[in-house]
Amino acid sequence: MKLGIVVFPGSNCDRDVQTAARAAGYDADFIWHTDTSVDGFDCLALPGGFSYGDYLRTAAIARFSPVMEAVARYAALGRPVIGICNGFQVLLEAGLLPGAMLRNTSCKFVCKPQRVRVEVASARTPFTLKLRPGQVITLPIAHGEGNYYVDSETLEQLELGGQVVFRYCDESGELTAGSCPNGSLGNIAGICNKAGNVLGMMPHPERAAEDILGGADGRLLFDSVAQWVQGGGRIVG
Amino acid sequence: MKEDRVWQTMGLSDEEYERIRELLGRDPNYVELGMFSVMWSEHCSYKNTRAVLRGLPTQGPQVLQGPGENAGIVDVGDGLAVVFKIESHNHPSAVEPYQGAATGVGGIIRDIFTMGARPIASLDSLWLGDLSSPRARRLFSGIVAGISGYGNAVGIPTVGGQTVFHASYESNPLVNAMCVGVMRHEDIKRGAATGIGNSVMVIGSTTGRDGIHGATFASADLTDEAIERKSAVQVGDPFREKLLLEACLELVARGCVLGIQDMGAAGLTCSSCEMASRGGTGMIIDLDRVPRRETGMTPYEVMLSESQERMLLVPVPGREKEVREVLVKWGLEAVVVGEVTADGMVTLTEGGAVVAQVPAKALADDAPVYHRESSKPGYVERLAAFDTTGVPACTDLGGALLRLIGSPSVASKRWIWEQYDHQVGAGTVIGPGSDAAVVRLPGSKRGVALSTDCNSRYCYLNPRLGAAHAVAEGARNVACTGARPLAVTNCQNFGNPYKPEVFWQFREAITGMSEACRALGTPVTGGNVSLANEDGETAIRPTPVIGMVGVMDDVGLRVPMGFAAEGDIVMVLGATRDEIGASEYLAVVHGVEAGQVPALDLEAEGRLCRLLATAARDGLVRSAHDISEGGLAVALAECAIAGSIGATLRIGSDGGDGGLAPDRSLFSESAARAVVTLEQSRLDEFLALAAGSSVPATTLGRVGGDRLCVEFVGAAGTGMRAGAGAWRRLDVGVDALRAAYEEAIPCAMQG
Repeated sequence: MKLGIVVFPGSNCDRDVQTAARAAGYDADFIWHTDTSVDGFDCLALPGGFSYGDYLRTAAIARFSPVMEAVARYAALGRPVIGICNGFQVLLEAGLLPGAMLRNTSCKFVCKPQRVRVEVASARTPFTLKLRPGQVITLPIAHGEGNYYVDSETLEQLELGGQVVFRYCDESGELTAGSCPNGSLGNIAGICNKAGNVLGMMPHPERAAEDILGGADGRLLFDSVAQWVQGGGRIVG
Repeated sequence: MKEDRVWQTMGLSDEEYERIRELLGRDPNYVELGMFSVMWSEHCSYKNTRAVLRGLPTQGPQVLQGPGENAGIVDVGDGLAVVFKIESHNHPSAVEPYQGAATGVGGIIRDIFTMGARPIASLDSLWLGDLSSPRARRLFSGIVAGISGYGNAVGIPTVGGQTVFHASYESNPLVNAMCVGVMRHEDIKRGAATGIGNSVMVIGSTTGRDGIHGATFASADLTDEAIERKSAVQVGDPFREKLLLEACLELVARGCVLGIQDMGAAGLTCSSCEMASRGGTGMIIDLDRVPRRETGMTPYEVMLSESQERMLLVPVPGREKEVREVLVKWGLEAVVVGEVTADGMVTLTEGGAVVAQVPAKALADDAPVYHRESSKPGYVERLAAFDTTGVPACTDLGGALLRLIGSPSVASKRWIWEQYDHQVGAGTVIGPGSDAAVVRLPGSKRGVALSTDCNSRYCYLNPRLGAAHAVAEGARNVACTGARPLAVTNCQNFGNPYKPEVFWQFREAITGMSEACRALGTPVTGGNVSLANEDGETAIRPTPVIGMVGVMDDVGLRVPMGFAAEGDIVMVLGATRDEIGASEYLAVVHGVEAGQVPALDLEAEGRLCRLLATAARDGLVRSAHDISEGGLAVALAECAIAGSIGATLRIGSDGGDGGLAPDRSLFSESAARAVVTLEQSRLDEFLALAAGSSVPATTLGRVGGDRLCVEFVGAAGTGMRAGAGAWRRLDVGVDALRAAYEEAIPCAMQG
């Protein structure tokens, strides 16, 4: 199992994803944003950070990085791609996932542990094999622009197509307004593409992959994709 | 120039001008005068404070680099070194809070990676006016947003610090930023220009007109006129800082670096003369080659620009091309601008002509040293004479506790630190909101514990004792997590040093800090002095902020602050005396900021710290929390809130407080104390260890329930414990405590 971590100028969770992947027992190497090949990797991760400073609009410049064409081809082959936080924003800007991010309704950056509810069947994505639908897990969030927005038609397609993977919730799994940290439509915290192989999420599973860092729920995503790769890679959905 | 006494507008005195003439053997030209004026500002030269600072202890077996470099370095074992420093960005933050605070963070981060270390944590010590003031709220929001905006983007977790609100900081807030990095011993880089003929390169960002005379600005009173100098505030670009950080660490890893220094205060002037002076060399720089972001810049502007995210580098000979390739990869510039010379001069050329030529040592090291007049302010004796025996007994202990933990300086700082990314880096083991933050060191089982401390009320009432308390509290804070206090960095924030009363405060504080650092074995490895923190009339309270670094061998054994489990034994370590003078209780509940500062027994502090570290190593304690502002009551409340569980406690005549009246016992700020909890099964072992360490240990009761109940029993001492009623029993729900604690700052910010 070998994870490729795409590093854009300004990525800053690249090393954290590597640390978590290694803690989960697999290899992880960096892919520089000017590389044009992503061959040899079993999974790709687009990490969090502030690509190009996020000065124009989050991830608006990173989507033009040379590596993104290779990422799109890789995704089109049905191979697993995860975008976390800024990586999710890159996937949105690149059109690999629908929708856009607005500023948090508080207009402030927010960093805290957040409960999220799993919304899909385990086999819906390579990253959820070890999660159960309805399961409430705790993952850290850290973003200023995580307020997910999409037009109502697309939102309906996402809902009907089982593409909403995670939602912000409270301790008991209820989707209250108070439990949504950023104003996202439908408390959406993560979505996948129709095929299920591309996942974008605002919470940081890599920051919750070891008990000593305050929780290990995030490890389940790393273990899931490892199991998926070992099982030969199969998408249901 | 001479007729206009132009040096005066640059902040130099007539005497200093004469000294420059002597050193040069001629009149300086305009560029040279500008260079002297910034290098001889208090900010860069410590001309007013150097003589006093010489008394600080800076040596120790753990010290790999003491003061005089960009940052201090200590050995933490396993071949690892921890690099750390704290620095002020007070005046810029008063004028332009977002950029001022942001570039303060940026500057201190550069000080760390210029030594070759990867920054792993930041802390911020913030001091603001009372939150009832709209100006204080505006500065507070802007400063927090600036720290958040810069630190989060660079990707260095902001893991801790402190925030205090008091009217004396109304016009002159303090922003002290601390950064900590880690590296292997062999990777340590220093800011020295060595090897005659070696290239000198400017790497990173381009040079513009921002921040010209920033160091001079920082050294003057913050008057209305000074506030007009907004152009003296730099503008930060965290994206470039992140690129520069990665590029520099790549250069270090590739072995390309001979010497390197950040261009911070006084920009190219400071970096060139300091690197040459440290290397015992000179340097010639062709200003035409310095990459610019603006056209038409004069040599004066290029030399004095404080444009951010730049470094001066002396590469290993022959590696210039490789340096350029690395910088280009990271989207930055790297240009050879000159070379190291043997003549000891910093020589600047433009269009082939020499435009300035100054001995490097004269600029860097030969600033005048002033012995400022000092006199004890009249208020000191008067306020110390306040008799606390006349303070009426508190009849509502629960109400007083709620007021204390709901006062902004004591209350939860979640509103602040939720805006900071405190987890990036995957190393934060204990984050903000505890005694000290704990960050694990990559590739090692070890962890560092980090804290910033100062009680400026103590320092105002008794600067010497107050500064010593700051060191002791820092040591106690890191020890509570299970770490051994190792070394300190410091930021000395005071008013105008030309006022003898202010200088007295400064001198006393340094004396107290030295005493405490010596006694606790925590040498000072660097820091900064920020004077002239006043608006022309009122000075800030003396605020000597201590940044403490501790180390623990196994970060897995770190101890949290909150109560851990139902049934655990609650103990107080140390002795409680009748010391409500200068306390938070007296200030918040009785509106009095006076009295004797609590006594400090540095031997007892050392014993307590060693006990806490040993108990953590042996896995004896399940939680530990320092007792400081607000006394035992606030410490217990914080333990309960953090653990989301209450406790039922009884303080008897043998309660370790000599039978004090309940309010005194709960709110006294006697030093050298901590609250710990442990499992019943470890009690005997722990008591034996405490006895062997000569630390008083008193069992108070057990963790459990959803209320914090403290009952005073017996009729010892003052006899105040007899009878019944709210004045001898504290009983508050944990939910009510949490509400008061968590809502104070958000509510104040909505007002």
